[in-house]
Amino acid sequence: MTTKAAAPRLQLRGIRKVYPSVVANDGIDLTVMPGEIHAVLGENGAGKSTLMKIIYGAAHPTEGEIFWEGQPVRILSPTQARALGIGMVFQHFALFETLTVVENVALALAESGKLADLSTRIEEVSRRYGLPVDPRRLVHSLSVGERQRVEITRCLLQAPKLLIMDEPTSVLTPQAVRKLFETLRQLAAEGCSVLYISHKLDEIRDLCHSATVLRAGKVTGQCTPANESPKSMARMMIGKDLTVCQHGAPAGGGEVRLRLSGLSHASDDPFGTDLRDVHLDVHAGEIVGIAGVSGNGQAELLYAISGEEPLAEKFPVQVCGVEAGRFGPAPRRELGMGFVPEERLGRGAVPRFSLAENALLTTHRAGMVKHGFIDFGAMQAFSKRCIERFDVRCGGTQAEARSLSGGNLQKYIVGREVLQNPKLLVAAQPTWGVDVGAAAFIRQSLIDLRNAGTAVLVISEELDELFEICDRIAVIAKGRLSIAKPVAETNVEEIGVWMSGLWPGADVTPEAAHA
Amino acid sequence: MDATSLITSILFATIVAGTPLIITALGELVVERSGVLNLGAEGIMAVGAVAGFAAAHQSGSPWLGALAGMAAGAAMSLLFAVLVLTLTANQVASGLALSIFGVGLSAFVGKPYESVALPAVPVLRIPLLADIPLIGGPLFAQQALVYFSWFLFAAIAWFLYRSRAGLVTRAVGESPSSAHAVGYRVIRIRYAATVFGGAMAGIGGAFLSVFYTPLWVEGMVAGRGWIALALVVFATWRPLRVLIGAYLFGGVMIAQLFVQGSGLQIDVPAQFLSSLPYLATIIVLVAISRNPNKIRLNSPISLGQPYRPDA
Amino acid sequence: MLSFEARAEPSVRMRYLAPLLAVALTLLGGLVIFAALGKNPVEGFRVFFVSPLKDGYGVAELLLKATPLMLIAVGLAVGFRANVWNIGAEGQYIAGAIAASGVALHVDGASSYTLLPAMVVAGAVGGALWAAIVAVLKTHFNANEILVSLMLVYVAQLVVSWIVHGPWRDPEGFNFPQTKMFDEAAILPLLVAGTRLNAALVIAFAALVGGYLFLERSFAGFRMRVAGQAAAAARYAGFSSARTVWTGLLAGGALAGIAGMSEVAGPMGQLTDHVSNNYGFAAIIVAFVGRLNAIGILFASLLMALLYLGGEQAQQYLNLPSSISMVFQGMLLFFLLGADVFVYYRLRIGAGN
Repeated sequence: MTTKAAAPRLQLRGIRKVYPSVVANDGIDLTVMPGEIHAVLGENGAGKSTLMKIIYGAAHPTEGEIFWEGQPVRILSPTQARALGIGMVFQHFALFETLTVVENVALALAESGKLADLSTRIEEVSRRYGLPVDPRRLVHSLSVGERQRVEITRCLLQAPKLLIMDEPTSVLTPQAVRKLFETLRQLAAEGCSVLYISHKLDEIRDLCHSATVLRAGKVTGQCTPANESPKSMARMMIGKDLTVCQHGAPAGGGEVRLRLSGLSHASDDPFGTDLRDVHLDVHAGEIVGIAGVSGNGQAELLYAISGEEPLAEKFPVQVCGVEAGRFGPAPRRELGMGFVPEERLGRGAVPRFSLAENALLTTHRAGMVKHGFIDFGAMQAFSKRCIERFDVRCGGTQAEARSLSGGNLQKYIVGREVLQNPKLLVAAQPTWGVDVGAAAFIRQSLIDLRNAGTAVLVISEELDELFEICDRIAVIAKGRLSIAKPVAETNVEEIGVWMSGLWPGADVTPEAAHA
Repeated sequence: MDATSLITSILFATIVAGTPLIITALGELVVERSGVLNLGAEGIMAVGAVAGFAAAHQSGSPWLGALAGMAAGAAMSLLFAVLVLTLTANQVASGLALSIFGVGLSAFVGKPYESVALPAVPVLRIPLLADIPLIGGPLFAQQALVYFSWFLFAAIAWFLYRSRAGLVTRAVGESPSSAHAVGYRVIRIRYAATVFGGAMAGIGGAFLSVFYTPLWVEGMVAGRGWIALALVVFATWRPLRVLIGAYLFGGVMIAQLFVQGSGLQIDVPAQFLSSLPYLATIIVLVAISRNPNKIRLNSPISLGQPYRPDA
Repeated sequence: MLSFEARAEPSVRMRYLAPLLAVALTLLGGLVIFAALGKNPVEGFRVFFVSPLKDGYGVAELLLKATPLMLIAVGLAVGFRANVWNIGAEGQYIAGAIAASGVALHVDGASSYTLLPAMVVAGAVGGALWAAIVAVLKTHFNANEILVSLMLVYVAQLVVSWIVHGPWRDPEGFNFPQTKMFDEAAILPLLVAGTRLNAALVIAFAALVGGYLFLERSFAGFRMRVAGQAAAAARYAGFSSARTVWTGLLAGGALAGIAGMSEVAGPMGQLTDHVSNNYGFAAIIVAFVGRLNAIGILFASLLMALLYLGGEQAQQYLNLPSSISMVFQGMLLFFLLGADVFVYYRLRIGAGN
């Protein structure tokens, strides 16, 4: 592949990046050879994104040197990075929804030419690398997988020498992941280097030639993934062994705490997904999971269940036996529902309010409001209890919500709901962006809750997580919900197929056949 | 007045009355397309009006007046841009501050000019075309700034939909973070758009005091800046609709003149007729806002949100 | 090269310093303006800022001017904290003045004890109704409240103009656009003899206290604050956004209406078409400079009242138009908006980062 004498394509030496509240990167060394697929491995908060921003020119290092093909460089802007031959596929795509694919690509390319010529080039490149995409379509009409293909095609049109992929598989089905890996291997064989950012150990072992492991901003290991086990890599990543959740036997068979019957609802977002005829029962003492690629109606389903988007009829959503479709969130909470939303800051918590005040968001019925006035003592006491019980690292009850790390804030929000002894808890992406320790804590909390008799519904894009904690699992695709199968009777492969909308009994429309 | 002359006069006056709205609203359209909400249009127009008047009076040239109005408008909006783009202050509060300050500043600076009259600016007749019956006068025998407003409309329509710079501007308005990731200088583009918008509002104000009624009175802008902002919403951020809307409003604004001038005996208080443009604005806003999806599909997604590139 | 760096936590020091900084910069700006206008800056400063307070009467005038500002600003703050942008307080003020005048002119023979409270209520209702139009249009049709409330200001000005030129014009008033002077019973009692300071100040203080309790201590106020900070969180918590809009607008409208009543039942003694001195807009500045809380609004109203009085003094003694007040008021708000940034961001001077 490459000889020892060839210069590395990219070399970082002693990269340090200091922000006011945290040292994001501390003395990082990294070497990538031509044609190498190099993983950057680390849990959330380890500093991977910051490092990539520096390589891509969207941030500047406080200290350290960068060498490109043996020469020292200062990468001051994304435009300069692109001129060097560095392409970046963003985790949260840098696309413009109201424009077409070809307009999006035109914006990214430095030259201005006729759009028709560009369309032809797009079709060529996308075909060559197995990423079919129609240049004339408006981006907002594309699925998440298709949007990623546009992102990648956009980079490939500039004949990059280094392609950075930031957590690319979180939005793909297992089958689509395999397709992506084929594309990346083809690129590497042609001499392009790939920097692959991920925390998914199995994928890294499958795809990458080498890996650099980051933890808390520092490099804690270099390895050849093929020679390692997931356990050894995990130890490098988090510094200790992964805690496995104590799953326990599913209780199941309790009363139905949440029933969705024929739930159909048009999305109020013009770019959203309509829900169609959703049926689901969640019983006390079980954890039901809903898997799915993002953008298939999860957000709409959650709005319908939580009451943030009340329905026209009361029948389709029943909470603890009461027809609650028309209720808003507050009456549903009174029936015993707790809810952990997917966005922490701005929805689950008010960023500039203290943790104590954020407790008031959903607990105001628990005796914290007397005659219309806030009982500050009760509010503080609750908040303190939540912080202690859920091991929330923070500056006390008065700390602003946004000063907490993702994992700690998530623990607080989960704790807030759990401490109200809900009969039904709905959690969306409960461990997204959360460090491994907090993620394990949260998952264990959900299991404990289930063991105590609560009905738990988890909606997540992380299949591994769902298989770890759920008793039954269903799939949402294009606004429709499959049946929920016991986890013991299925596997990742089958669920992956279902995520394309192809479960038994689903109507197979042409759009459902790709994801 | 016979019917044809009446229609011609109405058309003529409608076009003139709509002109300052077109110029200001088109400028604000570009600003909002880049994602910035500048509520200071009223104040900028006021400052443009007084600057234009002063310059025209001192120099004797209405064109210098228009230029002075433009410069004053650009300066005011530059101040706003520094506040909201560099200092990332709240856009709504800053725009309001600009309006209040602008109106007050213009009243203060304009005091000495209150009893001064400027010579009327003659129309620019386009030979042959101006002789067409009925519409010849209103369309082809107007002051030069009216023709400018039409040129501006064409230029902005071309800019937004056919030029690369316009595409970039629209992209910035939709998603500044994506635009930044792709390598565009978001703040710089927004500065340019904001100053352009202010310059246009300044010309719009100068039109009022130098061309429309060549005198200065405190409060003469009378809410046209706000109406121009409403126009942008009504037009769902598209230039052609701004043009149409501006003339509709222009028509409503001169309604009272024509009710009186036509000799119709309507027993309606003058104040009611004067309130028609404001009531019309409310009605129009209600009509266009009823369908929230329409707004969401057409408005620049990042409108009003402060953007902080965190390098 | 200047750049801004986010602070790890908002700076408490700057939070208190920023308004003071804004005031200082405004004073500095004032000196520059006086100099630019060919006046002695120190003299200008003295006439504008010091001479209005030279005696007890001056202080009473200060409090008198501050009263409507306090009232309106508290109401506006309730709305602004919830992201409900009521810009039409000027129109609601006028509506309240009209309503109160209606009661004063058409109720004969009543005593102060019944008439004045009735007028206060009428003022509040008038202002609230004018604001209710905005609320209805926003909650039912999603119409932008900034533009609608503003348009209604112009309409209110025209309505009052019509009323005092027409139906309510004083037949013995020599055709001036004004109503009859109100009876003794319809005039607010004075607090200090020999001045014009009246009982409306008490209402204003009550409004300040009420505003503080509402916003900082009540659950309803908490709901408003959440709505203003994070609309999605308010939705998640089940707080009704329609209720937020109504509360924000009615609070502003009612208090502005009471302020309007205090003017016609106070120094003016009648309804004319100069009933407003731009108080509705100045109160917006007061609300911001006062940081949308009761204590800040108290100080900011006094400061703004001083700027008003200074303008009048400047007109009399420096031969400057009284609209110079508005210039100062606008400057103050600008400087505050700029200074506020430093609460959350630190300035970095140097080459890149």
